[in-house]
Amino acid sequence: MLDALTVATSVAALALAAWCGFAAYRDQPTKDWHFIGMAVVSLLALVQLVVGIVQLARGEKPEQGTVIFVGYLLGAFACVPAVGFMSLAERTRWGSVTVAAGGVVLAVLEVRLYDIWGG
Amino acid sequence: MAVSEENGTATDGRKPRTRLISGPGMLLVWLYGVMVVGAVSRSIVQIATEFDHAPLAYSLSAIAGVVYGFITYSLVRGGERARRAALVCCAAELAGVLIVGTWTLVEPSAFPDATVWSDYGMGYLFIPVLLPVTAMFWLRRARGTAAAEI
Repeated sequence: MLDALTVATSVAALALAAWCGFAAYRDQPTKDWHFIGMAVVSLLALVQLVVGIVQLARGEKPEQGTVIFVGYLLGAFACVPAVGFMSLAERTRWGSVTVAAGGVVLAVLEVRLYDIWGG
Repeated sequence: MAVSEENGTATDGRKPRTRLISGPGMLLVWLYGVMVVGAVSRSIVQIATEFDHAPLAYSLSAIAGVVYGFITYSLVRGGERARRAALVCCAAELAGVLIVGTWTLVEPSAFPDATVWSDYGMGYLFIPVLLPVTAMFWLRRARGTAAAEI
């Protein structure tokens, strides 16, 4: 369950990065549809956070430590909303670049989460 | 982002601060923010749980986190003094990455565990070495706009 979510979230994050990267390439700021995309990715990360905590509550142990695992889960959840707000403050192509960078960072966090859980 | 809006329109007697987070600056703030969270949380966890394992490496990570934090704050705050301070810190950061990176390659035995700056930041996609260079270019360019505004 958690591994499937990790894969899904990282694919969605990379898709978001490509999409916003394309917007930046066309010299456009983030638009409503981009924010809907960010909401979808954030929702995936939120579900992952909840599922991860439920797994911990059921007594499963991440391979590399519970504190690090929860830290990465929180970081993954905060990642896309943070760039979303930054792109609201920066209504140029650079806002789109920032969201694209956020998507890449989230994908990296997901790879690390996979390792930490011991998949 | 209330702070930055205030900077953009500060007209109450003070000189308006140069905005350092417009355009590419926003991307820099994001990447620096990520490095702050990464380096600070990493060093806190490692210092709290296994400091004796690699005290030098963990202390260096903590220092890196503090430097990143200061640069992020300077970028968000804006203004000429913050710009200069950030420029100095970026130079220090670059020197740190290069020195620590070389150190980890020359004498790996001093580092039983990795720091943020090990192998020139390879574990962080080389962002630690690319970021200060980019930031210094950006901050040098921002000087031109600052002079134009004043």
